Amino acid sequence: MTGIAAAEFARQASTEHAQTLSRPSLSYWQDARIRLQSNRRALVSLFIVISLLILTLLGPVLWSVNPAAQDLDQISVPPGRDRSALVVAEYTPWVIPAGTVAELQLADTATTQSVRLQWAGLPGAYGHRVYRNLYPVGPERAYGIPLGEFFDNSTLNFEDRLDLRPGTYYYSVVALAENGRPGTVAETLRVDVRRTTTVNEALAQGLVGSAADIALGDSLQVALHPLGTDYLGRDMLARLMEGARVSLFIGIIAPFIYVLMGVVYGAVSGFAGGKVDQVMMRFADFVVALPFLLFMILFKIAFGIGPGESGIFPMLIAMIVLLWPATARLVRGQILQIREQGYVEASKLLGAKSSYLIFRHMLPNTLGVVLVTLTFEIPRAIFTEAFLSFIGMGVAPPTPSWGSMSNEGIKTMLNTPHELIFPALLISITVLAFNLLGDGLRDALDARMRNTE
Amino acid sequence: MLWYIGKRLIQGLITVWFIATATFFAMHNVPGDPLLNERATTPTIRANLEAKYGLDQPVTTQYFIYLKNIVRGDFGISFAQENREVNDIIREHFPVSAILGVLAVIIAAVGGILWGSLTALYRNRLPDYLIMFLVILGISVPSFVIAAISQLGIVTLNNLAGTTVLPVAGWGTIYHMLVPALVLGLSTMAYLTRLMRSSMLEIVNSDFVRTAKSKGVPPARIFARHQLRNAVLPVITVLGPSIAAITTGGFVVEIVFAIPGLGRFFVEAVQQLDYTVIMGTTVFYGTFLVFMVILVDVIYGFIDPRVRMS
Amino acid sequence: MIENSTPIADRNDNFTRSAGKQLAVYALYAVVTLAVVVYLLAIAAGHTGSNGADMGINVANNSITIALREEPPQLDTGRSTDGASVIVLSHAFEGLIAYDEEAQLTPGVAERWEIRTDGATFWLREDARWSDGQPVTAHDFEFAWKRAIDPATASEYSFIFYSIKNAEAINTGQLPKETLGVRAVNDRLLEVEFEQATPYFDKLVAFVTYFPVREDFYERTDGRYGADADELLYNGPYMITEWVHSASMIWKKNPYYWNDKRGFLDEIRVAYITADTNAKLNLFKDGQIADTHLESPMLPSAMAAHWQIDRAMDGTVFFVVFNHRPGRVTDNLNLRKAMLYAQDPVELVNKALKDAAFLPAASLFPVWVGGVKEKFREEYAAPKHQMDLEKARHHLELAKQELGLAAIPPLVLLVDAQPVSQLAATYYQELYRQRLGLEIRIDSQIFKQRLAKMTAGDFDITVAGWAPDYDDALTYGEFFASWNLQNRGRYASADMDADVRIAQTSLDQKERMDAFGRIQQLVYDDVAMIPMYERGWSFVVDPRLKGFRRRSVGPEIDYNYAYIDVSSD
Repeated sequence: MTGIAAAEFARQASTEHAQTLSRPSLSYWQDARIRLQSNRRALVSLFIVISLLILTLLGPVLWSVNPAAQDLDQISVPPGRDRSALVVAEYTPWVIPAGTVAELQLADTATTQSVRLQWAGLPGAYGHRVYRNLYPVGPERAYGIPLGEFFDNSTLNFEDRLDLRPGTYYYSVVALAENGRPGTVAETLRVDVRRTTTVNEALAQGLVGSAADIALGDSLQVALHPLGTDYLGRDMLARLMEGARVSLFIGIIAPFIYVLMGVVYGAVSGFAGGKVDQVMMRFADFVVALPFLLFMILFKIAFGIGPGESGIFPMLIAMIVLLWPATARLVRGQILQIREQGYVEASKLLGAKSSYLIFRHMLPNTLGVVLVTLTFEIPRAIFTEAFLSFIGMGVAPPTPSWGSMSNEGIKTMLNTPHELIFPALLISITVLAFNLLGDGLRDALDARMRNTE
Repeated sequence: MLWYIGKRLIQGLITVWFIATATFFAMHNVPGDPLLNERATTPTIRANLEAKYGLDQPVTTQYFIYLKNIVRGDFGISFAQENREVNDIIREHFPVSAILGVLAVIIAAVGGILWGSLTALYRNRLPDYLIMFLVILGISVPSFVIAAISQLGIVTLNNLAGTTVLPVAGWGTIYHMLVPALVLGLSTMAYLTRLMRSSMLEIVNSDFVRTAKSKGVPPARIFARHQLRNAVLPVITVLGPSIAAITTGGFVVEIVFAIPGLGRFFVEAVQQLDYTVIMGTTVFYGTFLVFMVILVDVIYGFIDPRVRMS
Repeated sequence: MIENSTPIADRNDNFTRSAGKQLAVYALYAVVTLAVVVYLLAIAAGHTGSNGADMGINVANNSITIALREEPPQLDTGRSTDGASVIVLSHAFEGLIAYDEEAQLTPGVAERWEIRTDGATFWLREDARWSDGQPVTAHDFEFAWKRAIDPATASEYSFIFYSIKNAEAINTGQLPKETLGVRAVNDRLLEVEFEQATPYFDKLVAFVTYFPVREDFYERTDGRYGADADELLYNGPYMITEWVHSASMIWKKNPYYWNDKRGFLDEIRVAYITADTNAKLNLFKDGQIADTHLESPMLPSAMAAHWQIDRAMDGTVFFVVFNHRPGRVTDNLNLRKAMLYAQDPVELVNKALKDAAFLPAASLFPVWVGGVKEKFREEYAAPKHQMDLEKARHHLELAKQELGLAAIPPLVLLVDAQPVSQLAATYYQELYRQRLGLEIRIDSQIFKQRLAKMTAGDFDITVAGWAPDYDDALTYGEFFASWNLQNRGRYASADMDADVRIAQTSLDQKERMDAFGRIQQLVYDDVAMIPMYERGWSFVVDPRLKGFRRRSVGPEIDYNYAYIDVSSD
């Protein structure tokens, strides 16, 4: 038998830390913040959202080009194009030289100001039609765009000033038959067009200090447009930044307000239940069914949006007043579910007040769904604005918005894709950022996720 | 149950009456004149036109006449297409929107539930990332851009194939519907995918799933009985409004694909201030929507026994 | 997302796999159900839209497929007002006089006619038939005209009859419609009595409101005349045999049509009704429609496709209308002059609108309108306009002095939602800001509201387009007459009114054209408006379709003379 001596037992020194938690106690919001910070994607999107806001607020200060100014010498120019231009005299009407020429030829240097053509009458022609093509004329006898026609044999010259851009054109003169229809006899000329500018234009654009600094025949760089220009020669970057104000304003403010309204409304309705719930939900049904477009116009008038105003405000009001019921229904559904959960019953038995129940148990538990809704309402609001532009009821010109810019860009998407890509890309980035941010927030804020740690 | 449905239907009718009233007075307060045309008319002609449409009466009288006609199911004659009754317009064009919308909703719901479950099951793995990327792509581009690009895609496809694989635009056969319905349902599908994913993830962690697992219930059964069925609830809640949004929001698709749906009529009617068509379509859509919501609520009651319908 | 959070599902691959299988089973069910639903929906869809689609040109059937811009809203000839309806009606009906392939007047139902100071006589051909085989008689015209002028019909185009005796009095309810100065002497002789001399009456009768309506058929439709394909009786080269509203139409050759110089196709299928020009371009690319018009952004891809692009003037002249009502700053001539001299329509078209088919406008009268012998504009040159900023600023100073203002208040530019109008408005806004320091506020409104504001005079300047009703300079020339309701800017000038009166009633073509020449100059001198552009279209046609026309007067697109020819030229 081996006995254990009492002396072998010693009193354990009492520790003060026995009941202390190994980690500091975290409040709900602290925990949320930590978890959000550990979510890299959410942080990146937060960063993107903040940059977008900076773009909106500070951008116009840094890139102080007037978004409404029209540089008609640089229409629909993609970014990164050669900007050198020849300085030429101010445009003067063409004094057609006397005498005849042997064949289709240039009467003057071909510039973006004008292309002046002369030709000899074609055999058997009752008149001529002038075409311009971007491609050499093939066997299809596709001469390109008809620019003008003269149903007589005395007009043997033509001046083209239509939207000339630097590059190569193929001009054709086609003989007209007696009935005025184009025939088969034609002559084609390849023309290389140079970009030009004038002294006055250079001064107006601020490219040179004074008229003395440049002379005719000089070459200079025309105004820089980092992201190119649109169909009226307006700076894309400046317009995108200006448009950000509209799109982000509509896209963020409106959903925030109406989702919040929906959450409160849905929570109250779902929590109250019974008669109150019935009446409130019927009212929501009523609002859902109101025609958005009609009320949009009505608000436009009710808020006195007259000439010269962009009409953002009535659009915002219309969205807030009409778009909350979807969230309300969703939150109500969630609340109805949660109301039946054990922990709510328990809390109720412990004497929790309604406000405590709502704010402690119900709303945090609906946050996941609400945030997903919100991140989807933001693109929806941006798209609603774009849709209104599509049907011609969006923000009034000249105010740009990403939606209206995309809508305009879509017409030219095959020729000058930058007019569509930039605004569409910004919409996509914004939407993406809000989605990822929403994901991160959901994970961070969702009360149920806490116990999975 | 029957009593509940009956009560909801009566409430629905009251809601519709509210909608009709609100729209009527809103419309009459919008300045502008439905009878004005590019071609100016003489006062006599104008007076006759006003009499024809009853616009010579005071607005309140017009309102009561209007209500009486609605009860009789008569929405009057269109202002823009003077030979057509609004009832005919709705009867001929609503089915088009409805067919397109139903298909879009089905594609969206089936796709949304499937993708959503899949992403939740394979959370943070390749399928999740892939699908979520596509989903975000699907929702981050405006619908008119998607519609235009997909139409261009069809043309390119046809040119490559050397024959008409899919029609570019128009209406009438199954092939006409596929691409427009997909475009129309895309954003809803994306929305539902995310909603489904989110609610699936919540349920994966819930007590009853854990209990079922520990009891040894086969995984497939847990998935089907517990997860899917519960996760689908919020999806069904938003499905009602989505159906309405899709059937009424088909305007862009209807324009781009030259589909003779009712959405086009409504937007054009608003722009033309075509009083009778605005009223007709609004009341019709309102009724449709309200009863859709009731239907969803009833279905909700069947699926989720926790929601008591007292 | 929290990377190290491990939900139960993740921890257990077995679970995932198993559940994934279950999901796959559901997916399979879903796909099968979807297929069934799609099939059922397709059957349902078959009942909602006829599948009018065919290839753009079907040589075997001698038929073509086309697209219309919009649903024709009114096919009752007496009440029709819009371009889309005119397109359909011009193929399905024929008036006393018609337009030939080269847009010249040619005998229609009338074999010959005579226009005098006091009236006109039409001798109808024997072989003109309705689509049910019965002859078209003078009574059909008498009935149609009396019905259209009847105030109860409330036809918005009733004014086009006003040169006929008592028309205006009937239309305003002062006389019964039986007193209208038109009488069918017998089946083949129609006598018209004028209220005032109307030398251009032959051009008027080519307009749709003058088309015939047969009384017995009209009565039978019981107020639904024109509502559907079978609620109309046709006398043109084609008849509508099928009409699914807003979706499709089928026009078939009218077997009873008399003229073998029109209507060569057996069938024209309007398979698409859409305003989306991109959709139409895609349909054309795909060979689904026979022709389409091209907007300027589409031209590069049309060139890349090596299509033969054609162009035609559409007839519409666009201009900036001023509000001349007293009290408006735009009532000031010098301000208007300043605005006139600061701009150049050539720049507008070449730089802002960039449409190759548009022509910079120089006058109220478009280039193609006929004059005494040649084109009006060749005989009476438009005022030479030269942009002159100094002159503009000088007039602006004068305007400020006259108005007693230190600065011109912001001007309201009223426009509708059309992309072209908005583009032009944006262009002008920046132009006047830069060149004259004027602030322009764009008031963008939906169609009806813009009209309401225009009619009420609630604007300073607005963009307006004017399309011709008939092929005579008067359709433009009377625009600024003080009594013309169309003159919504309320321009009023005694000289203008006097010249319009001469142009309306004089039988001497030279005297009329002189009056138009003076009107043209007066509009410029008084700056009643600023000319913008004459609209035209670039368009492409399937090379196998010959004889297709786009017109300035009458139907915008005209297939009456179109035929299929597969030989390459």
